[in-house]
Amino acid sequence: MKRKRDNSSVNGNLLRKPIRRWFPLFMGPMVAAFCIGFVWPFLQGIYLSFCQFKITKNAKWVGLENYIRAFQDQSFTRAFWYTALFTIVTVVLINVLAFAVAYALTQKMKGANLFRTVFFMPNLIGGIVLGYIWSMIFDGILSKMNTSILLETKYGFWGLVILLCWQQIGYMMIIYIAGLQAVPEDMLEAARIDGATKWQTLWKVTIPNVMPSITICMFLTLTNGFKLYDQNLALTDGLPFIINPDGSTIKTTEMLALNIVSTFNGSGLHSRGTAQAKAVLFFILVAAMGLIQLRATRSKEVQQ
Amino acid sequence: MAKRNTVKSMILTVVFSVISVVYVIPVFMVLLNSFKLNTFVKTATFAWPSGEMFAGWANFIKGMTFGNYPFYKSAFYSLVITLLGTLLILLFTSMAAWYISRVDSLLCRIVYFGCVFSMVVPFQMVMFTLSRTADKLDLNTPWTIPVIYLGFGAGLAVFMFTGFVKSIPLSIEEAAAIDGCGPVRTYFNVVVPMLKPTLISVGILEIMWIWNDYLLPYLVLDINEYRTIPIHIQYLKGSYGTVDLGATMALILMSIIPVIIFYLLCQKHIIKGVAAGAVKG
Repeated sequence: MKRKRDNSSVNGNLLRKPIRRWFPLFMGPMVAAFCIGFVWPFLQGIYLSFCQFKITKNAKWVGLENYIRAFQDQSFTRAFWYTALFTIVTVVLINVLAFAVAYALTQKMKGANLFRTVFFMPNLIGGIVLGYIWSMIFDGILSKMNTSILLETKYGFWGLVILLCWQQIGYMMIIYIAGLQAVPEDMLEAARIDGATKWQTLWKVTIPNVMPSITICMFLTLTNGFKLYDQNLALTDGLPFIINPDGSTIKTTEMLALNIVSTFNGSGLHSRGTAQAKAVLFFILVAAMGLIQLRATRSKEVQQ
Repeated sequence: MAKRNTVKSMILTVVFSVISVVYVIPVFMVLLNSFKLNTFVKTATFAWPSGEMFAGWANFIKGMTFGNYPFYKSAFYSLVITLLGTLLILLFTSMAAWYISRVDSLLCRIVYFGCVFSMVVPFQMVMFTLSRTADKLDLNTPWTIPVIYLGFGAGLAVFMFTGFVKSIPLSIEEAAAIDGCGPVRTYFNVVVPMLKPTLISVGILEIMWIWNDYLLPYLVLDINEYRTIPIHIQYLKGSYGTVDLGATMALILMSIIPVIIFYLLCQKHIIKGVAAGAVKG
């Protein structure tokens, strides 16, 4: 959305001047809470990532040491690649399936509203509860084969993929349905009259028209995948782990967010500083993807 | 041709009916297992709770109190935090958004930019410092934690409200001003009624977020005294081995039912809110 200077600057003084006096009422509470809940913790977080600390009071400046530790931490790099792989798989699966469902539901079909209701429902249930429900189901199946979701990495990985698909297909479906309903009817009709097949119409007319929805869903699933925490914690909590030759352990289904939180809870002298440095790196990663999203959606809006 | 279309639509309906049934199985399994005795949840997850497996209402009675923390208490705190947090966010961010788009000073732009920026910051980045700050300022009870939600969740709300306020023609507010209406009255009597659809959309998104949020209340609240539903359930899972799975399923069912009722009642608004939030965010 381009910020446009509307005419408020020209003849809006009638409103502007009297409103200005009410700054404390209109802006005060929000700005105060924003400083407490975001600005101050954010700045302090950046500062602490360069410190060794247990509590904020006894922070000692150590420069880039925490960042070096973060990069040397095998569990962190492993979590990064695991998260990246997981995200790629879920982005593709969720978007393809959500689009297919949305496309089918916008055709003439009996009961489309009911199906839409059903598919969206898992979004109302929180990540922790979802993880618990699915761990019961997976263990119900896997116990027949004398194993458990906590015993094998591949089960943990695909289990979480299934869980996330189940949860998010409905959400993305809603966005795709909104996009599909906005495709101009006369364009579809023109394609029909020109003798385009259904397949051609889909690729040449429908998909270019829902590009904004596709961009949004791609980046939503991308950032959701990278930031995933609750479901990961509740389903496997990173288990099973492997033990390195040097005695350290690596949880094999641990994603980035979970890795950062467990590093925080570690008992070592450097654990908190390292965790904060990891969090800053994590922020840069997620923020970069978010900013690309804003730019991409913005450039789309200018074209229209 | 028309006949072929109806056949096709029939097939689609049948296919989707089957998928829908498969889709609700996980929730149905919770229902099934909430009536089973503990040992059978793991060994006979998919069996019908009959005969020796059937536990009756015992699981629900046990689920109300087990885990050293009564379930109704966590439900109560979840409700308090969600309602207060959502109300605070709706009231103060919509006011701020109106001020930002009407005054449009340098400070307003800085605040707006900060809000948009905060939307891309993951919680792990601020979790430690935020929980310390909350402790220091006594924002660590269910009655005060909504302030934290207002601060950390302001971004999306301000963004959505500002987008909508910009589309309201100025002339309505100008007319109110000429008629002698001050800013406060203009806002509450003229702007808020026009904002109603956006208030509902943002409200739905905030409710869904706060009700299900786990890590923020877990880090900020004093866990021995105050637990929300997600914290309570995660605590049960943490106590390995000793957990009564049947009772846990009963507890999960009790926590899902209000959510599903809420969903069925406000379905239209929820779906609209999600679509609106996505287009803006």
